Amino acid sequence: MASAQLTREQILTWLEEVRDPEIPVLSVVELGVVRDVQVGETGVVVEMTPTYSGCPALHVMEEEIERTLRAHGVDAVEVRIVFREPWTTDWMSDEAKEKLRAYGIAPPHASAEGDALVPLRRRDVIPCPFCASHNTAQKSEFGSTACKAIFVCNDCRQPFDYFKAI
Amino acid sequence: MSAPSKPAVPDESWVPGRAPAGPTSGATSNALFEYLCRLGDDRLVLGHRLSQWCGHAPIFEEDIALGNFALDLIGQASALLHLAGEVEGKGRDEDALAFLRDENQFRNAQLVELPIGDFGYTVVRQFLFDAFDVLLLDGLTRSSNETLAGIAGKALKEAKYHLRHSAEWVVRLGDGTEESHGRVQRALNELWPFAFELFETDDVDHAMNAQGVAAEPATLRAQWESTVRDVFAKATLLVPETARLVTGGRRGRHTEHLGHMLAEMQILPRSHPGAKW
Repeated sequence: MASAQLTREQILTWLEEVRDPEIPVLSVVELGVVRDVQVGETGVVVEMTPTYSGCPALHVMEEEIERTLRAHGVDAVEVRIVFREPWTTDWMSDEAKEKLRAYGIAPPHASAEGDALVPLRRRDVIPCPFCASHNTAQKSEFGSTACKAIFVCNDCRQPFDYFKAI
Repeated sequence: MSAPSKPAVPDESWVPGRAPAGPTSGATSNALFEYLCRLGDDRLVLGHRLSQWCGHAPIFEEDIALGNFALDLIGQASALLHLAGEVEGKGRDEDALAFLRDENQFRNAQLVELPIGDFGYTVVRQFLFDAFDVLLLDGLTRSSNETLAGIAGKALKEAKYHLRHSAEWVVRLGDGTEESHGRVQRALNELWPFAFELFETDDVDHAMNAQGVAAEPATLRAQWESTVRDVFAKATLLVPETARLVTGGRRGRHTEHLGHMLAEMQILPRSHPGAKW
């Protein structure tokens, strides 16, 4: 397929097929890491930004974007890593957040850029994604991936991940 | 020799925040490359040190936390060294800079290369660095170099939770048991002279300031000191009086520990050049 026939919207639709390998319920578009798509004479440029600086999934998603677009007949694909604006969970739609919850991951609250240094500060209440109880406790601010914290529900006794607001 | 506190170049005359009277970096012609290596190497070396805790931390939650910090710092290093390679224009990428430079070409401060010690030692070192890092990165978000400003904006979010976490541990251990207090006080006594190298300002920093890339590190010192002294007071820790301060890392002079660390860090890509895994 010649690049000239492609539209930005078409590319974005195809990119919905590319999942975050660590959170397969969200696409790279829903996650907010795809920042822009440019369709030019010479090919397609996809700009993406990392969630966290060291996110190991970044390069997997990069390769997967190239592979998926090639499978749709787009031969000239360039994925560019950009840092213009730091990624924030606020870019996630309500629909994407509901997908997370249904998958068993408590979705991020609105991010609050506060003072870094408030030792032993009060923490937000994170509802249990399974039974909706507010009686939950953080077990570890750091979890299985850079973007998640480990919580446990004191009512249904289910441990769960919280997708941290950043 | 295993004492981690021996600086490569003790300099009695150096005043923190002022360039040492001795040699400058001699790198002003390519100051941006040099500066980006300093930023990248601090993170690469500290990130590698933190990764050495993997599977060894005192509790599971801290094992994950330290691994997480390591990942953030190495990711930041990767972006910074990638940019350094582009600025240098000799075809070196972040992997070439990380794995194929020798000890004397590393530009990190000596603070970050010291062995991990015990958990309290790692926590105090991390806190001293994080308190500096938040100030540094906040300034860099306004850099005239747009790519650097973007990388800093991303890294600043991470540095903030690093600082919150390390500060919480400093208070918990310092104001904890007799044993934990003693350990972090000893760590602070040993690490304090190393912290001031972070604020050393030389010809490279003058050039960066003149180009609007970055403020001189010396300008961050007063606010850093106020932050760390406040937290150490809450932690019931005494800040040592010290005359001997450390210098040399920014010009490639390091403690004996960096070479050993690099041998371990670099052996795979050096033994199997171009290997992919």
